[in-house]
Amino acid sequence: MSLWLTLAVNSIALGGLLFLLSAGFSLIFGLMRIPNLMHGSFFMLGAYLGVTFLDKGVTFWLAALLSGVAMALIGSLIERFLLKRLSGQELPQVLLTLGFSFIIADLCLMIWTGDPWQPATPAELRGALQVAGLFFPIYRLAIVAVAVVVAIALWLLVDWTRLGAKIRAGVDDPPIARMVGIPVSRLFTLVFALGAGLAAFGGVVGAPYLSVYPGMDAEMLPLALIVVILGGTGSLVGAFVGSFIIGFLFNFGQAMFPDLAYVILFLPMVLVLVLRPQGLFGKVVS
Amino acid sequence: MKIQRRTVLKGMLAASAAVAAPPFLRAQPASFKIGLLTVKTGPLAQGGNQMEQGILTFLTEKNNTLAGRKIEFISADTGGNPAGAKTKAQELIERDKVNVILGPLAAFELLAITDYVRDNATPLLSIAAAEDVTQRKANPFIIRPSATSAQCCHAMGDYAAKELKFKRAATISEDFAFGYEQMAGFQRVFEDNGGKVVKKLWPPLVTPDYTPYIAQLSNVDCVFNGFAGSNPVKFMRAYADLGVKYKIPLLAGWTAMDDALLKSLSDEAIGVISAAWYSSEANTPSNKRFVEAMQKNYLTLPGGYSAGMYVAGQCVEAAMQMLGDKADDRTALAAALHKVSLTDTPRGAVKFDSYGNVIGDVFIRRCERKGGQLVNTVIKTYPNVSQFWTYDEKAFLANPVYSRDYPPAKNLE
Amino acid sequence: MSGRAPRLAAIGVAIVLLLTLPAWVANSYYVNVASQILLWAVAALALNVLVGYGGLVSLGHAALFGTAGYTAALLLQAGHGHFVADFAAIGFTLLVSAIFAILSLRSTGITFLMITLALGQILWGIAYRWASLTQGDNGVNVTTRPHLFGISLATADAFYYAVLAAFALAVISMAIFVNSPFGASLRGTRDQPRRMNALGYNVWLIRFLAFLFSGFWTGVAGLLFVYYNQFISPQIMALQTSAEILLMVISGGTATLLGPIAGAAIVVIMKNVASAYIERWNLVLGVIFVLIISFMPDGLIPGTTRIWRYGWQALRARIASARSVRRAGAS
Repeated sequence: MSLWLTLAVNSIALGGLLFLLSAGFSLIFGLMRIPNLMHGSFFMLGAYLGVTFLDKGVTFWLAALLSGVAMALIGSLIERFLLKRLSGQELPQVLLTLGFSFIIADLCLMIWTGDPWQPATPAELRGALQVAGLFFPIYRLAIVAVAVVVAIALWLLVDWTRLGAKIRAGVDDPPIARMVGIPVSRLFTLVFALGAGLAAFGGVVGAPYLSVYPGMDAEMLPLALIVVILGGTGSLVGAFVGSFIIGFLFNFGQAMFPDLAYVILFLPMVLVLVLRPQGLFGKVVS
Repeated sequence: MKIQRRTVLKGMLAASAAVAAPPFLRAQPASFKIGLLTVKTGPLAQGGNQMEQGILTFLTEKNNTLAGRKIEFISADTGGNPAGAKTKAQELIERDKVNVILGPLAAFELLAITDYVRDNATPLLSIAAAEDVTQRKANPFIIRPSATSAQCCHAMGDYAAKELKFKRAATISEDFAFGYEQMAGFQRVFEDNGGKVVKKLWPPLVTPDYTPYIAQLSNVDCVFNGFAGSNPVKFMRAYADLGVKYKIPLLAGWTAMDDALLKSLSDEAIGVISAAWYSSEANTPSNKRFVEAMQKNYLTLPGGYSAGMYVAGQCVEAAMQMLGDKADDRTALAAALHKVSLTDTPRGAVKFDSYGNVIGDVFIRRCERKGGQLVNTVIKTYPNVSQFWTYDEKAFLANPVYSRDYPPAKNLE
Repeated sequence: MSGRAPRLAAIGVAIVLLLTLPAWVANSYYVNVASQILLWAVAALALNVLVGYGGLVSLGHAALFGTAGYTAALLLQAGHGHFVADFAAIGFTLLVSAIFAILSLRSTGITFLMITLALGQILWGIAYRWASLTQGDNGVNVTTRPHLFGISLATADAFYYAVLAAFALAVISMAIFVNSPFGASLRGTRDQPRRMNALGYNVWLIRFLAFLFSGFWTGVAGLLFVYYNQFISPQIMALQTSAEILLMVISGGTATLLGPIAGAAIVVIMKNVASAYIERWNLVLGVIFVLIISFMPDGLIPGTTRIWRYGWQALRARIASARSVRRAGAS
């Protein structure tokens, strides 16, 4: 009983983190129609940057924000100067992001070495909630809270602002959006920067829980992919729900069927792609 | 002084120059080549970098000259996977024609190249722990100055049952050979002394979050973990965060509580009891030099990976001294390595059994905070521990090699 | 005539060089590197069938590669002979390819890429986690290489010739395929799927058969790989390997015969040779890819051919204008 409860709460916490990772990925995918295969690298690089800021004595949440901003800047540069030149060519775009994932992984190893880093949990969120003899780390619950706040902020941005309206138009029908004079090109840069920044922010927020280590990028990227495919590309609600579904599949799969843990994780992705390619919450693309 | 990979190039140039030079200029004997198979990319890179630091510290101390021979050092990155280990071993043996290989790091890398080094008659001093390489499949070219997977875990099983008086244990380790063999060694000695291993968990090498496993640990007196690489840091943090640390004492193998990891750990490590074949606190002259040099040059407390390579360097030197000007004979070198017996190494006295595996002390340590720093304080020393523990060698080898299923876990609940 | 002769000559030189390679390389290490280049080239050529000619970008081919390797390795370990193991390996890989094809060919473009990626991850997950079946991270050892026509493939040279033979067969079959009506119809499904459909072609079936053809050669490459290393472990089935094969194809140039071979050479040389001199070889590899994709988006071989042709034309133009100037001066 306690096992299931612990697993359930942990699934929700992991779901929160996955949302931070995949919300930006979903928007980029939805808008630009490319799977950004360096998204896991953004997450890892962000976490490493956060560790460096923390080392310089910056407070935890400021470090997370700074890392997010720095990554947004890097992301916008990559988009503006490299990805943009390849607009409309899906394949070279996919490969460019793949090439960058090699570069970022190696740069991180060069700068931060192979040592694992695990920053201390922010002081105000240390300790655990004890309910009926069960421990639950407060910090993991805080991650869920952060994810919910980010989700609401994104929802407000996308559904209630002019910028959001443009993004939605871009996701729904890029050619029409371009025709009615929406600067799709600038929008791409903006969304790419936002996605990169969110991933980096998520990386720092996740660091006290997952730690930061070489290879983290390759671990997080497939998770982001599954979440977005499951939820539907370009759909924030989909990314939100998908994150928690994957959080549960990941935790219960590992505990109950360790041999088939990855089958359990990826099979839903195949099924959705084959049976309902638009995802659970995606719109049917004509 | 730091030896760069470029030295290979320079060495090749020098070698071709030597060939071109008139004979009377060729008095200097060719350099003796030491190849290192290490990991510089991927999750195991931390240990791999320490291996290189360890051997470089030794070579620097010896002014890059062993037994009167200039040393040419060549480092190769396997990428931490068996296929890479094979490719790099071929590179070292067939292209660079090294005299001896140090490494590789991981058991699964070693298993992929043992036949190859034997067929190519090149001595290899392993830090990887795969049991059978110095047991049922022992081959004359492999020498292990570190330890087999279970060598320290036998001692831990003994200590847990006899001194800590634990009755029920759970084990958790990575789902690969090194993990299986460690847990099996612990289980065997612990159960032979009246304990019961009631749960065995195997998370994969790459596990973003250990909670699904830790949540299954309850109703035991202790948990023995054998994690490696960067995993112990993650595991111990989650173990403390989930409150299990305050209910169930944690025991650890050498990689899980390596001294080099201490800088990445915090309060979650306090109280963890571990068994290791190296302690940075060991009171030998060479260890003092070694620890001082490592702290000066690399700003780190050395652990088993770097100490293992330092000791390997000492063994190579001793074997070269034995052979004199016949050190280039690789088969003779392998035989001489088996006969090496040293009293002063960073880990204490070192000698080898007939299978090429080390016999040396095993330390039981408790992690404490001293003056703000985490240290592994030695609380008991098991002297001259062999890979067979106290078991009869023949009977030991008649059993199957330690694995996920052997010895069978009869007490699982 | 003038266009064909140099080309035939170049092919002839290449054949002679490849056939005599062990003699002039004379170091088994480099012979082994050559074997690796050739076996990865077979994998890249196989993927190119889908990527280049079919317009179907798969990120799951490492799983097919690994399926062949694992099937053979596990059967050999269970005591079966090489003949049985190899046939079963190729047969099983074809079966898995068929399943991959049936699931993934419901779509094209990015969705196809995603389905192959997910299927690849599932097979990798089985190799990695289902330890009682696949021995997980420990991998599977293959103790012996087979004999071919009574010759042991244990030495580097013998194995090189075996790989070379497989490579030659692969290249020949690709060349035949490209120029066959079937190859033309596959290109048709890439460029004009609807028109092909309207013309009465079964687009799905064409793609399905192409997938099997690609799967077959990927399986052969996987088999060569497991015999080369005499070892297989789950890393070989990871996304990274699929990505590497794809990068070989694209960096060399899709829909060309030479491109994937050049791409395989770049990756293998960077990985095995350059890594001894450049510590951060992954970084350099990444930069090379980014540069190729940014400046020669159609790949190295078409890119250099274009530059070559452009340079040649510019040169000819200059010579011609110089001549006319001289003539003008003379008159």
